[in-house]
Amino acid sequence: MATKRGTGEMRDRVVLGEFGVRNVHTTDFPGNYPGYDDAWDQLRFEEGFRVDVVREEDDALEFDMVGIDAAIANAFRRILLAEVPTMAVEKVFVYNNTSIVQDEILAHRLGLIPIRADPRLFEYRNQGDEEGTEIDTLQFQLKIKCSRNPRAAKESSDPNELYFNHKVYSKHMTWVPLGNQTDLFPDADFRPVHDDILIAQLRPGQEIDVLMHCVKGIGKDHAKFSPVATASYRLLPDIALLQPIEDEAAELLQKCFSPGVIEIQNVKGKKVARVANARLDTFSREVFRHEGLKNLVRLARVRNHYIFSVESTGILPPDVLVSEAIKILMGKCQRFLNELDSVPME
Amino acid sequence: MAEEGERKAALEVQADGTDGNCVTFVLHDEDHTLGNSLRYMVMKNPDVEFCGYCITHPSESKINFRIQTRGALPAVEPFRKGLNDLMGVCQHVLNTFERSMKEYRAQREEEMQ
Repeated sequence: MATKRGTGEMRDRVVLGEFGVRNVHTTDFPGNYPGYDDAWDQLRFEEGFRVDVVREEDDALEFDMVGIDAAIANAFRRILLAEVPTMAVEKVFVYNNTSIVQDEILAHRLGLIPIRADPRLFEYRNQGDEEGTEIDTLQFQLKIKCSRNPRAAKESSDPNELYFNHKVYSKHMTWVPLGNQTDLFPDADFRPVHDDILIAQLRPGQEIDVLMHCVKGIGKDHAKFSPVATASYRLLPDIALLQPIEDEAAELLQKCFSPGVIEIQNVKGKKVARVANARLDTFSREVFRHEGLKNLVRLARVRNHYIFSVESTGILPPDVLVSEAIKILMGKCQRFLNELDSVPME
Repeated sequence: MAEEGERKAALEVQADGTDGNCVTFVLHDEDHTLGNSLRYMVMKNPDVEFCGYCITHPSESKINFRIQTRGALPAVEPFRKGLNDLMGVCQHVLNTFERSMKEYRAQREEEMQ
């Protein structure tokens, strides 16, 4: 009985000790635990697996994935960061740039602007292809000139009054359709996601006249192609009180954790601490700084419960990004299955 | 970039024993993303005695993936089974995720009314 409980903790909890973290690695492989059948069973996986969506806003999504292993959850996270494709400015043809922002700095800034264009409608550009075709390139133009306002008051020092077009925003970027793109995308509105990204500042007489080519790429190539502001996950915290904690110790315990984690109930006139919502805790490990409390609490994380947080840059909604990431992992497997079938292994 | 244009072998065999039980595959254009998840799926196979992967050099994007089977099973079989199982996992995760998103949105619609 005791051994079964001990192995239970080893199998499904990552324990946070005072000086280190224990049971980090996945050990439930066939043969490691006598009495457990750990071979891969799709039905058992499907019974134990679930996804719970916690919160969805315009660009942010928080959801729980329960019953999956770290290797696969991490694969989804890595793909979300680096392998889901997007469109971004790659080539900048500078016809005139008399601003004080150097050409290459301007080009770098333009590349980082997120472009609202569904990358699934476009193809990757072939290597060595210098001219863009209409199926793999989006063209944008930024043409703006700063001039003096003749009607400004003589003593005014406010640039907004003195000059026209002295701040170049991303809303000044206009889409220039290539070839038959107006027919291919009749009601598409390709523009930067945000209108108020400041690209450069000008003074009278300075102008910027550039033509930009956007191509499809992935975050592995350059971070500008990454579709997420960030995508991360954490494991569900699991706080266990090994002994009942009362009165002042209970108050102290409540202060050791994030607000809302420990609640104090009144049981028969005494104040007793109880774990209300372990999910809110950020594990600052403040408990371990108090001699009287550190042996009464066990801090752990549930090994197969992942709380994902995906924040998109606005190009694609976050749930579409997660679906695309899963499809990309399937695509990788399919690629190798095809290779196995096409090349006879000797 | 993401996908190559010309025909380039994505998978080759680097070293294998005489009877096909131990094989080291070289997977091109891959890293921990596929390597670790595939290693987990292959390790879940009770016929596999050893499975591991390594990135040969951080500047090259290829991994060495080694499988040793116990008994007379050729090592390609657990590799194929691991890939198929991983596809199955992804398919199920995709279906469950999309269903959960639909339910969540439907529930929020109801609460709004």
